[in-house]
Amino acid sequence: MSDNRPLRWFLYGYLALVFTFVFAPILFSVIFSFNSDRFPTIPLGSFTLKWYQTVWNDPDVWEAARTSLTVSLSTATIATLLGFATAYTDYRYSFRLKPIYLGLVLLPPTIPLIIMALAMLAWFAKLGISGQVMSIIIAHSVLTAPFAMAIIRLRLSQMDPSLESAAWNLGASQWSALRRVIVPFCRPAIISSFCLTAAVSFDEFAISWFVAGLNKTIPVIILEIVTGNIDPQVNAIGSFVFLVSMTLVIIAQVVLMTRRKKEV
Amino acid sequence: MVAPLVEFRSVVKRFDDFVAVERVNFTIEAGEFVAIMGPSGCGKTTTLRMLAGLEAPSEGEVLMEGRVMNDVPAHERDTPLVWQSLALFPFLNARENVEFGLQMRGVEAAERRRRALEWLDRMEIAEFAERDIASLSGGQKQRVALARSLVIEPRILLLDEPLSALDANLVIRMQSVLTKLQRELGITFVYVTHSQSEAFAMADRVVIMSRGHIAQIGSPKDIYRAPANRFVAEFVGRNNIITGTVSKATAKAVTIDGSLGSFTVDLGQHEKPQKGDTARFVVAADLAQISTAKPRRGSAIACSLISEEFIGSVVTLFLEAEDGSELKVQLQERELSKMDLKSAATIYLSWASDQAHYIGAD
Repeated sequence: MSDNRPLRWFLYGYLALVFTFVFAPILFSVIFSFNSDRFPTIPLGSFTLKWYQTVWNDPDVWEAARTSLTVSLSTATIATLLGFATAYTDYRYSFRLKPIYLGLVLLPPTIPLIIMALAMLAWFAKLGISGQVMSIIIAHSVLTAPFAMAIIRLRLSQMDPSLESAAWNLGASQWSALRRVIVPFCRPAIISSFCLTAAVSFDEFAISWFVAGLNKTIPVIILEIVTGNIDPQVNAIGSFVFLVSMTLVIIAQVVLMTRRKKEV
Repeated sequence: MVAPLVEFRSVVKRFDDFVAVERVNFTIEAGEFVAIMGPSGCGKTTTLRMLAGLEAPSEGEVLMEGRVMNDVPAHERDTPLVWQSLALFPFLNARENVEFGLQMRGVEAAERRRRALEWLDRMEIAEFAERDIASLSGGQKQRVALARSLVIEPRILLLDEPLSALDANLVIRMQSVLTKLQRELGITFVYVTHSQSEAFAMADRVVIMSRGHIAQIGSPKDIYRAPANRFVAEFVGRNNIITGTVSKATAKAVTIDGSLGSFTVDLGQHEKPQKGDTARFVVAADLAQISTAKPRRGSAIACSLISEEFIGSVVTLFLEAEDGSELKVQLQERELSKMDLKSAATIYLSWASDQAHYIGAD
């Protein structure tokens, strides 16, 4: 590989560029959230916590935060349960229509969000459950369960196939083998898919906006603030959302990686 | 009459179109060390898994102590298995692994712990009780796996090629651990392996399987000295298998003509073949003799030396007969050093007449 030095530098540069495009806007948003000027201009004004104070004192933001938290925790729980169940079904049983089953299970993330959101809205309206917090939870669970399934399925594929049989062989019924062997083995993947689905749900805008009715989540309230006027408190909320999401994603990664290292 | 500990009654196991085990009948008595041996795909592991209840027979019955076990689920049998991969639970430490079976049987925590530690101590790995499985060596994991199976005090222990991942020295050590354990505990061991040396070193009785059938059941010595058929003769050790056509047959002996010459062999327990039938006999490499001069009595085959292979004090010579077939002879190095094979143009391979073993046509 050493003879390919120019290529390597090019690839490093490319990588740096990608990261810049992804993170620079977020970084600036964080910087401007502490900037005293109303408009995002350089040079910066003085350091201030004013925008955070505004957010802190805004009951609408608090309400949205509560909704977001409820939605993302419930979504994460339901999606991880569903994801585990589908992944285990795939691992444990072989049946004729399995490719179709897997295709259907993994389908939701491939549908454009707007289409999905509209479809959900129409469907919930028909069922008479639109405009509730529960509707967001259901919609988000559908959207995020495939991620949980993919993570847990990967973990199951790393499992020694004799492990479950070994539990039966030692006197564990199917149910207790599931509880005592499969779930503990998958624990890192379960924790990490819980964090990831929570993060996806916490950030998701389109579906929340369509089906939420009067229950606004954080991304929805951000949009409402920016459509009204230019208000740096958006930067403050944005920084907070970024912090929450990144924390969840990093936990997910760390949990998966430390486990792997230990088992090698 | 007391029912045998294990009995297979014309057991068949099919996976879709593939027949893994085909009409297998055998019994295992309490306290025996039985090895089931055969090449991969012969059905030995499937047989073991049916005994553990991890596979259900497609036909026939598996009995334990006279009770039909076909419908008894795996977790209700006391047939612990030591897995080829060991299948230790990576998220539990050594002691917790050993406790697993007791926990499933509802033994309370303090008692569980005491019994697990007792077994870890017996397996000489008490100091690793609280260690992660990943931090143990191959031999230590092996001992944890044995302790985990034996702690529930079964009457039968199943072993599926448990030593295949260990290096040669450790294999020998674990073999003596296993035979000693089996003798001390007095329980039945059923040991599946593809390795002849493991099976012969440990087992009282060996079941040889080939393509889902049982090729022979017998003591290691029976199988080694009196292979029942060509498959066993080829699979077990270094045998010279000589093929020909029956030219003369009496109730006791048969004369077989082939490209290597005409030989008369005792029939043993076999039925008298028809004249003109294909027939084979075996001369074990370690029972054959060589000389540079043609022996005056008995059968001899003229050969030339191709190569030799040293394994310590024993040497295997590979010879080629005039018709091109390869023959083997095994002898002590000190015997060989007395002979001058290098300058001899022809080497004669011969055997005492009672050491040729007739195996019939198949």
